[in-house]
Amino acid sequence: MDTSQQPPASPRSVGLGATWGSAPYPVVVADPSGGVVELNAAAAALFPGAVTGSWLTDVTPAWIADAHARVRTRPEGGEFRWPAHGAVGDRTFEAHPTCADDGDVMWWLVDDTDRRLAEDALKNERERTAFLAGASSALLSSLNVERCMEVTARLAAEHLADAAVIVAPPRGKNVPLTYCGPDGAVTHRTVQENIDLLPGLGDALRGFPPVPSRWIDPATVPAWAVPDGFAQPVGSAVVTPLPGHGVPAGALVLLRACDRAAFSEGEEIFARLFASRAGAAMSAARMYAEQAAITTTLMRELLPPQLHSVHGVEFAGKYRPSGQADRVGGDFYDVHPGADADQESLVVLGDVCGKGLEAAVLTGKIRNTVQALLPLADDHQRLLGLLNGALMNSHHARFATLALASVVRRGGNVRLRVTSAGHPAPLIVRADGQVEQAPTRGTLVGAFWDISSTTAHLELAPGETCLFFTDGITEARGGPLGDELFGAERLEAALTQCAGMPAEAVVEHVQMLAAQWVGRGGHDDMATVAVTAPHHAHLSAVNGHTRGRYTA
Amino acid sequence: MTRRSAHADGGVALDDARERLWSAVHGGDEHGAVAVVLDAARSSADLEAVLLDLIAPVQAKVGVEWAANRLTVAQEHTATAIHERVIAALAHHPDHRTRVPAGPRVTVACVDGEWHALPARLLSEVLRLRGWNVDFLGAHVPTPHLIAHLHRTGPQAVALSSSIPTHLPTAHSAITACQATGVPVIAGGAAFGPDGRYARALGADAWAPHAREAATLLERGLSRRDPLAAHQAVDDLPHLADQEYTMVVRTTHQLVKGTLTELEDRFAPMRGYTERQRRHTAEDIAHIVEYLATALYVADDELFARFILWTADILTARRVPARSLDPALDLLAAQLKDFPRACHALAHAREALRSRTPAQKIPGPGKPA
Repeated sequence: MDTSQQPPASPRSVGLGATWGSAPYPVVVADPSGGVVELNAAAAALFPGAVTGSWLTDVTPAWIADAHARVRTRPEGGEFRWPAHGAVGDRTFEAHPTCADDGDVMWWLVDDTDRRLAEDALKNERERTAFLAGASSALLSSLNVERCMEVTARLAAEHLADAAVIVAPPRGKNVPLTYCGPDGAVTHRTVQENIDLLPGLGDALRGFPPVPSRWIDPATVPAWAVPDGFAQPVGSAVVTPLPGHGVPAGALVLLRACDRAAFSEGEEIFARLFASRAGAAMSAARMYAEQAAITTTLMRELLPPQLHSVHGVEFAGKYRPSGQADRVGGDFYDVHPGADADQESLVVLGDVCGKGLEAAVLTGKIRNTVQALLPLADDHQRLLGLLNGALMNSHHARFATLALASVVRRGGNVRLRVTSAGHPAPLIVRADGQVEQAPTRGTLVGAFWDISSTTAHLELAPGETCLFFTDGITEARGGPLGDELFGAERLEAALTQCAGMPAEAVVEHVQMLAAQWVGRGGHDDMATVAVTAPHHAHLSAVNGHTRGRYTA
Repeated sequence: MTRRSAHADGGVALDDARERLWSAVHGGDEHGAVAVVLDAARSSADLEAVLLDLIAPVQAKVGVEWAANRLTVAQEHTATAIHERVIAALAHHPDHRTRVPAGPRVTVACVDGEWHALPARLLSEVLRLRGWNVDFLGAHVPTPHLIAHLHRTGPQAVALSSSIPTHLPTAHSAITACQATGVPVIAGGAAFGPDGRYARALGADAWAPHAREAATLLERGLSRRDPLAAHQAVDDLPHLADQEYTMVVRTTHQLVKGTLTELEDRFAPMRGYTERQRRHTAEDIAHIVEYLATALYVADDELFARFILWTADILTARRVPARSLDPALDLLAAQLKDFPRACHALAHAREALRSRTPAQKIPGPGKPA
């Protein structure tokens, strides 16, 4: 139906017998003072009291009489916003005027009830779709269970009801609840209540189909299911399940105050659509939390340890795995403290071929094996031989390079026995800034049955450092021109600046330079361990881990 | 407000302590540094003041002295490491150990690539003293680690620290990623500009010039964004659509190579450079390009000009002639002639360089506050 086209003005002389008299649209002709001049059958049916001679104000709704008055007082050539629009009984109409020369106005009424309803439904549907799309991305953005429940409660309270309560699956007697009241404030609480007191809640948590809202007597909603800010008595309630991955993720309770309309069937269905998205998001968050907890537990043993001073020797380590999201990789280090200050501590730093989790698992095995071999640490060759045997006999087809150092403090100096097994030889930073390579070399482990190595004996004066590193540092590719290796030469040049630095500062400086060298590019795992002879006698006490003697 | 008054009363005592801490740190004397700080903590009983009015200013002085070439790299690193240990000693000391934190949870982290952890460390300790349950993730936190941490712990807020402006693009993606998980972000550190203008430009929920203000803002509570409002990083910076930033970053290495080669032709003294000097020049040019890209990212010519002036001062302090800066900028402009914003930034910096009066004071964009 095209309502924009106005019917042609019919000449006054046509009269009631003319075609418009039998038109399917109601037509009323009124004189300038608002008196009804003529009307057709459709108009007579619509306005039962209207006859020729009656007043528009008496027989038609006010909006028609008002429109008529506005047509009459129209200034010459003035503009109107037509058509006028309003309700007649339970239907709505547009009223289009055509003016005759003598001042009479013919009102054509077009029933637009169905179009309005369709438009309203479309607008509603668009709003809901936009809300669901927004809600989906809001819900998917967080993998934190608590946060997910907060977002669900807030969105539900704001867009679906006056207040919302998320009921998480009970753990024993405890029922975790998340409330959001009309003020938008979210609170979490755990109660010990009988969930079956709220009709439909038990069913919803068991994953049964939802109970229709009209079955829930708002008077039966228990106080614990109503947020604090919700002042009025509950007018209506919806309880809908939050479907999860196989097991229910909880239930959503929607509450409306008594001055609001009760939930319509359409709203209930919509609440279910929202709940299915929220439930999926919550299950994902819960699953993520469980997986993350498992990963954390399994990973704990694989993470590089926090190093600190042991028996008057400074140790510091730093590790940067190759993948940006990784926490572990194929490089590893450990410091096994000696039983007392006279016993050597053992430093191990190594590199398993390969990257990522698989390599990390093998580092775990090597670290465990070395730990088991600690009593034999007096003899590096024997320890390496046994480790090699263990690796050769395991089903892992991987090999590793590593550097060992047995470290003990003698007076102000630190003595080291250093052995490299196919690993870059550690560098020594002397107090005057000279950098030396430890004279040690050997075969890597896990590749050949026969291996050999030489051990270097070193002594560090106070302020001197022995730096262990993996080839991820020297083989870092980047720099200002983008394609150069960081290289041993650059590392040595950087270390000349490190004389007298504490161990942490040395590893930090080296890691920083390598990371900056790489820039945005990719890199291999990078591990560094510094062993430093402290400047001051008291240094060992101040590591943040012991109570220390520094207050003396 | 006992905290404030204690701070005022302790002012004179801390002046003296600052002197003593500086000389201990300067001499690499960790034992002495710890003694000074524990002394101050005992006499003022105001740990927050010890952290922020004793340790923080001395650390700031370390940066200034390094820039003025009065501290070596080793001394600077040593001073910072000593401060780290002093803070640890303070935090673990039985007299000052804080109760099990019952307060709300907050995450403090440095942007990926940012190695200056001390400002963030100080904020963590201040928040801990004020009862927060703090997760301090340290320096150089890859954004995926930060986000995984937020998913696991669901904190009230994230405090993100960055000292070097070239990390602003990374900071931006971190800020947006945190906000996408529904956690608001407060930004701090010299990178975000003296008035926090870059924190605002990058859409951070708050910015604080120092730890006290950050703690106050966090206590007041940061509001979370409307979860329904979809927000993407590029919404904050519509000028990025011109792709100048992208192109400069993508061609960084070519730009450095091109400038280096041309510079040798044009700037006579360079022909006599040693390999080491050439390498340093290449690194300097790479820094210039990095800062130029950052200035394009946040659309602020001033950021680039400030860096150029600061570099000129640093070079002068190290007795390296700053004369090669201008031809380098000119050569970059020639290579970037099709990029109007880049050309504008370069021209602005050259102008600033021309009107520079030498021997200004040193603090610049490159050091933590």
